[in-house]
Amino acid sequence: MKHLHDFHVDSVCYLDDHGTPFDELPPQAEDTERTLAAYRNMVLARTFDSKAIALQRTGKCGTYPSVLGHEVIGTAIGQSLAKTDVFVPYYRDQATHILRGVSLNEMLLYWGGDERGSAWQACPEDLPIAVPIATQCCHAVGVASAIRIRGEARAVVVCVGDGGTSKGDFLESINLAGAWHLPVVFVAINNQWAISTPRGIQTGAETIAQKAIGAGLPGHIVDGNDYFATIEALDNALERARSGKGGAVIEAVTYRLGDHTTADDATRYRSAEDLREAWEKDGIKRLQNYLHMTGFWSPDREQALQAECKQIVEKAVQEYLATEAEPPTAMVDYLFDSLPTALVQQRERIAAKYRGGES
Amino acid sequence: MSAPDVRDVTLVEAVNLALTWEMEHDENVVVLGEDVATNGGVFRATVGLKDKFGFKRVMDTPLAENLIAGTAIGMATQGLKPVAEFQFMGFIYAAMEQIVSHAARMRNRTRGRLHCPLVYRAPFGGGIHAPEHHSESTEALFAHIPGLRVVIPSSPSRAYGLLLAAIRNPDPVIFLEPKRIYRAVTQSVSNNGEALPLDTCFTLREGNDVTLITWGACVTETLQAADKLVEQGITAEVIDVATISPLDRETLLCSVAKTGRAVIVHEACRNGGVGAEVAASIAEGAFLDLQAPVVRVTGYDTIMPYYRNEQAYLPEVGDIVQAVEQVIAL
Repeated sequence: MKHLHDFHVDSVCYLDDHGTPFDELPPQAEDTERTLAAYRNMVLARTFDSKAIALQRTGKCGTYPSVLGHEVIGTAIGQSLAKTDVFVPYYRDQATHILRGVSLNEMLLYWGGDERGSAWQACPEDLPIAVPIATQCCHAVGVASAIRIRGEARAVVVCVGDGGTSKGDFLESINLAGAWHLPVVFVAINNQWAISTPRGIQTGAETIAQKAIGAGLPGHIVDGNDYFATIEALDNALERARSGKGGAVIEAVTYRLGDHTTADDATRYRSAEDLREAWEKDGIKRLQNYLHMTGFWSPDREQALQAECKQIVEKAVQEYLATEAEPPTAMVDYLFDSLPTALVQQRERIAAKYRGGES
Repeated sequence: MSAPDVRDVTLVEAVNLALTWEMEHDENVVVLGEDVATNGGVFRATVGLKDKFGFKRVMDTPLAENLIAGTAIGMATQGLKPVAEFQFMGFIYAAMEQIVSHAARMRNRTRGRLHCPLVYRAPFGGGIHAPEHHSESTEALFAHIPGLRVVIPSSPSRAYGLLLAAIRNPDPVIFLEPKRIYRAVTQSVSNNGEALPLDTCFTLREGNDVTLITWGACVTETLQAADKLVEQGITAEVIDVATISPLDRETLLCSVAKTGRAVIVHEACRNGGVGAEVAASIAEGAFLDLQAPVVRVTGYDTIMPYYRNEQAYLPEVGDIVQAVEQVIAL
């Protein structure tokens, strides 16, 4: 018998649940400005999140998926991506979108039932939110193929949930990334839950990261509530991808602290005890503790930041609520580059029914 | 510019000519699919492209149709113009989610920020004694999807001109190639890069007594039926729909207004077929011109039989003649 291959998956965590470093921190920790900006973004994303849920509960926004528990990962992705890179999201990436320049108003518009919520001008090459699970992985390898064909030093980050890693789209895409040596980093955000299905019955594999090995890619695990572990892994993987050394899979482990969406009730399938334990690992609190310990944070600064975030979110909400719906004729106008004759009559009918197209 | 005529071109060779022309003139055009590079495609539609344009632009993909469709979408959002081949239409279903939920919706979803200038090519239809899953005509599945164009050539020169138009079109096009006539006839094709219009029916033959509406391989039998009908003193107008979605209703209605009778011929199942949409459009738009009910000559609402019985499934010249006799008698 010939022994052909052993595989290796590393797992990285620097800060304990209270924000105390276990060990020497990566070089990323020396960039205090970036770390403070990360903390600010996490708080802004969480502030936005609770407001969006409140809007849904009061009938002012549609079904909305909470970002609670994903803020650290999303922020690290947003910071590690260069402007010229391409981000391919799923639907719980609010923290990344903010850093890419998507406005809070646009995010509210999307979940509030308005297509203009994906018309992002700040990051015109980023793909829009993908609702059908894992389908975005195939788009990511397509974008990465275009980058490779043109020989550009750019890279792609695509997010997928732990449930999404069961789909062919993910497995086919990591396979192509390995076969074609593509500059794409797959971030499998393992938040333990695919609606009510726990991670344990999603796959028999011990880790999601090890699926990368079968595709010819390196697989890494990071504590997705540890900002330093997550940003280091992303910085390294993206640098490697941009320099033509191929892609990677990063399994970022966290816990979905909220319901799947506002239409879900997680108390039906998970215990209060599990949730309480998960909150103890919260990455925002962990980073805040770390910043306090290192002298870069204070109760005053915290108070000021909370107030600032509330104000930013409130302003976006006012803008969102004041935005009129598009005229109904818009449903025809963006279907094709130019209006096919076959649709002229239908457009006229919509316009006539809604008084010249205005609702 | 003098048009270099290429003589004795089959439909599949015309596909190759169009791909070659467009790849030579637009560096953003890339080809991907299973066995398309070194092998040149199982029907040889992409033969020679890898040697001319290299592996970076002519890509053999892993064997995963869903991946092919989705990868093409990602490429298209970067401004490439991918032409992705599905080896047979019977294997395209794995890619439906990508085609329906993403390719067709990207422009609308992003309010024009991103769009998908791509072509999904697939050979389709019966008549070549192929194994199971290699002979179906399920074009109606795609015609039902807003945001897609569905284009079906029926001759070498239309394959050339329509494929050029499909590649240049800034939106996704499902380009279905009737493989029964891949090599059935040859034509001289002007290899001058001139595209034909999409969203337009082609009137192949003028007549006054009945309008025969068809597309794809059935154009062959329909033209033969029109020849036979002349012997009975019946002149049939023959229309190749070509772009089955969005549908050029005007050409169809104008013809029916003239002839007062319509027979629709397609190889696909009758139930929910594109013929039903054509018939309904005629009923809505030309009812008062009709002198007889609209009749369809189609495949049966059955699973495509294995090849020993495939001929029994396909519409034949006699079926079309009979249908015309029926509507003329009224």
